[in-house]
Amino acid sequence: MKEYTFFPGCSSEHNASAANMENSIQSMCRILGIKLNEIDDWNCCSASIGYAGGGQLPRMAMSARNFALAQKQRGNTDLVATCAACWLAMRETNERLEHEPDVKGAINTALGEAGLSYDGHIRTRHFVEVLIEDIGWEALKSKVTKPLKGLKVAGYVGCQTNRPFGVCGDSFENPLYLDRMIEATGATAVPFPMKVACCGGALMFSETEKSCVLTKQILQSAVDNGAEVIITPCPVCQLNLEVYQGMINKNLGTNFNIPILYYAQLFVLAWGGSWQDAALHQQVVAAEPLRRFA
Amino acid sequence: MAYDLSFAKEVYKKSEMGHWIKMCMQCGVCAGSCPLRAHWQHSPRQLFQMVRAGKKDEVLKSSDMWMCTSCYNCIARCPRNLPITHIIHGLARYAETQGKVDPTQPTRRFAVEVFWENIVSTGRVGEAMLTMRLYFQDGIGAGIQRGLEMKDSALGMLKTRRLNPIPFRGKIKGYDGFKKMLAKAAELEVKLENKA
Repeated sequence: MKEYTFFPGCSSEHNASAANMENSIQSMCRILGIKLNEIDDWNCCSASIGYAGGGQLPRMAMSARNFALAQKQRGNTDLVATCAACWLAMRETNERLEHEPDVKGAINTALGEAGLSYDGHIRTRHFVEVLIEDIGWEALKSKVTKPLKGLKVAGYVGCQTNRPFGVCGDSFENPLYLDRMIEATGATAVPFPMKVACCGGALMFSETEKSCVLTKQILQSAVDNGAEVIITPCPVCQLNLEVYQGMINKNLGTNFNIPILYYAQLFVLAWGGSWQDAALHQQVVAAEPLRRFA
Repeated sequence: MAYDLSFAKEVYKKSEMGHWIKMCMQCGVCAGSCPLRAHWQHSPRQLFQMVRAGKKDEVLKSSDMWMCTSCYNCIARCPRNLPITHIIHGLARYAETQGKVDPTQPTRRFAVEVFWENIVSTGRVGEAMLTMRLYFQDGIGAGIQRGLEMKDSALGMLKTRRLNPIPFRGKIKGYDGFKKMLAKAAELEVKLENKA
């Protein structure tokens, strides 16, 4: 049993928008023998958009409080996030705490107000890194009992697992880890030129029309390349691509009806998990193309 | 004509990662890499030159920085490795602290008035409340209209248990300490800026 400290983030809470990601990742962990120990009383990472209301130190203090709690509760065990934005916020904060003594001092003064402190040394990792580096491709493939043969999948990496840090040495312009995951389940990764394009991120809330144009181009590219479903590692990408399809169809004259899944949902199904285990009942655009494997 | 360097110096010192602007060689790769480039009046490259040229009001009142989606494409591609995304966030935040931003700028309103307010009021994002506040920020009529546009999606989210039907959520257990921590961090932020 491999154990990690776990920061689920707000969208992975019960009844939150990425509950399907959380549920399918927990199913993956059960099959792989991974235990994710959730930080007790964690707070929001402040996300990408937190800079505007929070500035630097309050924004970083939010991640630092999670580090301090993690260290207190679980020592320096690797801290794993499943959300792209949470991971990025943690990585950025950790990097600045490591390289800027001024920042580290100020953050610890702020943490002191909450009766906490953080001296560094926790590695902040994305769950995808755990799968690739700690579990390994061979083990991921060897669990397959129901290969998703013939399923055409577009691997939408998006932005924040890819830039600016990247996953496992992949290139920024053509990262391959998601395509390799698709192939590991027995499915086919279709060519997908928009795999690292931006969906609009949080600006889907404030600049909806502009962001819908970006999202439309991504969906179009996947459909044009024959994808039956799109998978992504990012809760914001998943949400934007899935729930705005209706609005895009209405306003931009398209006719999209393509399921947007997490990589974990493909793995769970290919590993013999049920529709429920894979949280496929939690899709707004129903995952019909996967029915033939259920 | 002499250049007025006072604004550039102010940005180098007080705006997040602002000192990196000195390093920009004006190649424009950032401009071509931005997903919302069509909607900028001035690209990052141009904003950086405007900072150096002392165009304070034009920069701080600009809507441009608020077009950043945090995709990090400009960072990944900048040949001089400038943290452009953070410089842009920094300029947006600096403009906000200086009270220069058009209060109707939609991303500023969302980020500052809705999102930040949402997370600091309980310690975590309350998605249902976040969406409601956003939709109704221009009054009940506009809110209902926007809600109706997204009705099918919202019902879909409710049905698949990905949206909490109760918009109110509790605070984290350590909320008092969390609030004090944020207040202290905000206080120290000013000191950090002046020291840089």
